[in-house]
Amino acid sequence: MAEDAKKIMFVMQKPPHGSIYPYEGLEFILISGAYEQDISLVFLGDGVYNLKKDQDTSELGIKGFVKTYRTLEGYDIENIYVDQNSLKDRGLTQEDLIVDVKVKTAPEINSLMNEQHAIFPF
Amino acid sequence: MKFGILIQDGPYNHEAGDSAYNFVVAALAKGHEITGIFFYNDGVLNATRFMDPPTDDRNIVKRWSELGAKGIDIIVCIAAAKRRGIIDANLAPNIRISGLGQLVDLTLNADRMITFGG
Amino acid sequence: MNSMRFSRFKEYKLLHTVNKSPLVNSSLEQCIEFLAKDEPILLYEDAVYAAQAGTRFEIKIQALLKTNPVYALQADLKARAVNNIINGVKIVDYNGFVDLVAEHKVQNWL
Repeated sequence: MAEDAKKIMFVMQKPPHGSIYPYEGLEFILISGAYEQDISLVFLGDGVYNLKKDQDTSELGIKGFVKTYRTLEGYDIENIYVDQNSLKDRGLTQEDLIVDVKVKTAPEINSLMNEQHAIFPF
Repeated sequence: MKFGILIQDGPYNHEAGDSAYNFVVAALAKGHEITGIFFYNDGVLNATRFMDPPTDDRNIVKRWSELGAKGIDIIVCIAAAKRRGIIDANLAPNIRISGLGQLVDLTLNADRMITFGG
Repeated sequence: MNSMRFSRFKEYKLLHTVNKSPLVNSSLEQCIEFLAKDEPILLYEDAVYAAQAGTRFEIKIQALLKTNPVYALQADLKARAVNNIINGVKIVDYNGFVDLVAEHKVQNWL
């Protein structure tokens, strides 16, 4: 990370496949990863569905991108947070997710948001 | 203060481009600086020079071009643009196509980033 | 360094913006869940319907106003004939929108 690194957060709020926002969001995240900034990802609301295991878009004819979340570590993006209630509301647990995440409460996520230089919704 | 603007949705279909434009005009009038306006997702469709709305409606691309003529950096994401058929040949004046790295630069140079979208 | 970060934290309370009607989309409710006390909310585009008195969402706006300032964008209110505004919701024009962004870091709930 650069010495003057800034905190940039990506809030993934939308589910995958129904729209392109999370997919193109992830492309932006990967580019940002090359800039040695202090990057974090937060998955909340239907955004948590991005991380669900065993997604298969082959019958839709849409390129699957969800496995790309596994490459984030290689870009030194290790701060991956998931909102506790959003998981629970959807009947999911950490075991259902394709990457290791830190589960946070809404007030904890608010504190993280308050530390950021910029926040991007996808 | 320096504002960076990200636009995620297309013209006319959604109010995002109008809200962003009105915000930018008000910010400039108050003496703020716009570090850049970046079109991403369907937002790239804001940049086609072939927009030709009915004459009693606003011409969205013309408004962006006029802001660009005033020296505001207006950038279209190349990856998102290629997906949607926006290329140099149909790009409106004073708007440029570049990579997502420009959005990172714009973010780092701005005091505030604000996103308009669907 | 830590004390500097703390002072930044105090200075830059988040502004939350919401642009969808709460009657069909949960983004305003989601915003409310992730708010801290005193953080301002700006309603614009279709979210200005949340500022109208008499909707089934009014009770939630009333509760919100006890802890957080709520603003609604004048141009969007006028465009939608949202005239009967819930008491306590402040109306701002685009200059006010710009001022809110200048004074706060921003979380856009889209």
